Amino acid sequence: MLEIRDLHVKFHDRDREAVSGVSLHIEDGEILGLVGESGSGKSVTAMSIAGLLPRRQCDYTGEILLDGKDLLHADRAELRKLHGKEIGVVFQEPMSSMDPLMKIGEQVEEVLLIHTKLTKEERRRMALEAMAAVELADPEAVYDKYPHELSGGMLQRAMIAAAIVIKPRLLLLDEPTTALDVTIQAQILDLLKKLNRESGISMLFISHNLNVVRKLCRRVAVMQRGVLVEEGETETVFHHPQHPYTQRLVAAIPTRCRKEDQP
Amino acid sequence: MKYAAKRIATLLVTMVVVSFLAFVAFDLISGDPAEMMLGTEATPEALAALREEMGLNRPLVVRYGDWLLGFVTGDLGMSYDYYQPVGELLAPKILVTLCLSLLSFVIITVISIPLGIWSAQRSGGLFGAVHTTGNQLFMAIPPFFTGMILSWVFGTILHWFTPGAFPGLTNVPVALKHLLFASVAIAIPRIAMTGRMLRSTIRSEQRKSYVRTAISRGNDRGAVLRRHVLKNALVPVVTFLAQTMAEIVAGGIVVEQVFGIPGLGRMLVVSIANRDYPVVQAIVVILAFWVVLAGTVADLVNARIDPRLQLGGDA
Ligand SMILES: Nc1ncnc2c1ncn2[C@@H]1O[C@H](COP(=O)(O)OP(=O)(O)OP(=O)(O)O)[C@@H](O)[C@H]1O
Ligand SMILES: [Mg+2]
Repeated sequence: MLEIRDLHVKFHDRDREAVSGVSLHIEDGEILGLVGESGSGKSVTAMSIAGLLPRRQCDYTGEILLDGKDLLHADRAELRKLHGKEIGVVFQEPMSSMDPLMKIGEQVEEVLLIHTKLTKEERRRMALEAMAAVELADPEAVYDKYPHELSGGMLQRAMIAAAIVIKPRLLLLDEPTTALDVTIQAQILDLLKKLNRESGISMLFISHNLNVVRKLCRRVAVMQRGVLVEEGETETVFHHPQHPYTQRLVAAIPTRCRKEDQP
Repeated sequence: MKYAAKRIATLLVTMVVVSFLAFVAFDLISGDPAEMMLGTEATPEALAALREEMGLNRPLVVRYGDWLLGFVTGDLGMSYDYYQPVGELLAPKILVTLCLSLLSFVIITVISIPLGIWSAQRSGGLFGAVHTTGNQLFMAIPPFFTGMILSWVFGTILHWFTPGAFPGLTNVPVALKHLLFASVAIAIPRIAMTGRMLRSTIRSEQRKSYVRTAISRGNDRGAVLRRHVLKNALVPVVTFLAQTMAEIVAGGIVVEQVFGIPGLGRMLVVSIANRDYPVVQAIVVILAFWVVLAGTVADLVNARIDPRLQLGGDA
């Protein structure tokens, strides 16, 4: 459903390309993992897909095709129709990515306000459903809270709820679990798996942790300094990493984890 | 709600402290009121009798309590010059100054907010340069100067109104003309300041991550601004507008002189010249109350806009 062809992004104020020549594809209903160290261009790749690149501050070439339609060069009006409805984004830092002065519930249902003609009550009901689906405890209470009143894990769930309140076709998840402790991280991974299974939403799951990706994704792509260095079945990449960088990534995972997680 | 109660309690305490300080200060500088009233040739017996009658022999704190009680019930003492209760003397002047200030405030708000929003949408290059220059120019114009020009052009040349012939508030159309020109003079630099401030807060908000989230949900530029950015940009502007509201009352003093508007400002100038301390004291306390009141209103409004501010508690 999504195909990236030879994507290059270079910010004007940087010497090196943030993304140089990445080609990727995501199948219908698939969760693709994208790993790489900090600054390797994962977020920039995701923002390119979402049509959220700061276009005036960078040069970009290549193609990003969603069902054959190019997103990379689409104009604002075209993107607006896709934003939220076809493509949902869960950003890296939930606290700064939320409007600090808008109630959680209103942020969760904002997509409905923009893309549907539902009444206020219907929107509220759907928002509460989405919040329950991401297992936010006591959605009714959380609905009226402000971001500063929630913990990191709750915010991350609220972000996910906001992204899935209209089931998008593609969900971009930019390190949705990094800031969380291990238990909550595992819960969110389960949640994403369930969403993917039940709603068939395709996902791009970004992480710098190969081990986390392994629990969720059948296929994984590895980026280093803007370049896609390896791509394939997660288990294959995990057990037989070809590129030296991937080998180092795998070696960095404690052996205990490697054994434990054998399927 | 709890925050509001706390904030109002703070306000009352501040008012008591401020008025006490003013009371002590005036007690020190104003010398002997009995002598002020009877003149220097009065006999010691007459002075002593008057002092006793006026309660001047009582301790300071008791006299302050007495004065405060009078103040809140509208009894502000007697003017030395006019032999008239200060309250009665000041009430019409306060009304005039209040009208002038409110009119200025409305002009400032109604123009600067759309101006700030509009200019925030335009960036860089020529617009930026013109904007900055124009802005600094308008900020630098002192209201009395604009006032002189306005009253010369519209008063002396065009005869739209007669400077100095303020008819009183009952003659609404003519009074309004006087007040309007004076308000414009007061408003111009403040519009420039407020507009510039709003522009810069909007622009810094627009760079924040939540804006990207809003776009990712399908908001267009206008919706991002309306639904998210404006509210976030408002807090410093509200604070600034409240300061403005406090300052235009004091700033109006000079402009009232230029236009011959009989407000608090003129009253203050005359009373200081005549050492009419009860009047000066009342005006000083009223202005101080006005300033702390404006600050409190700003805090309450801001706490409604940004609930995080309620956490700070005793601000
Ligand atoms: N708006 C921007 N302007 C200039 N440079 C940018 C901008 N956004 C990203 N970059 C640069 O692009 C490169 C890739 O950044 P990116 O955010 O994609 O990394 P990442 O893989 O997501 O890292 P992390 O794991 O830390 O999130 C970095 O060198 C970064 O500094
Ligand atoms: Mg990133």
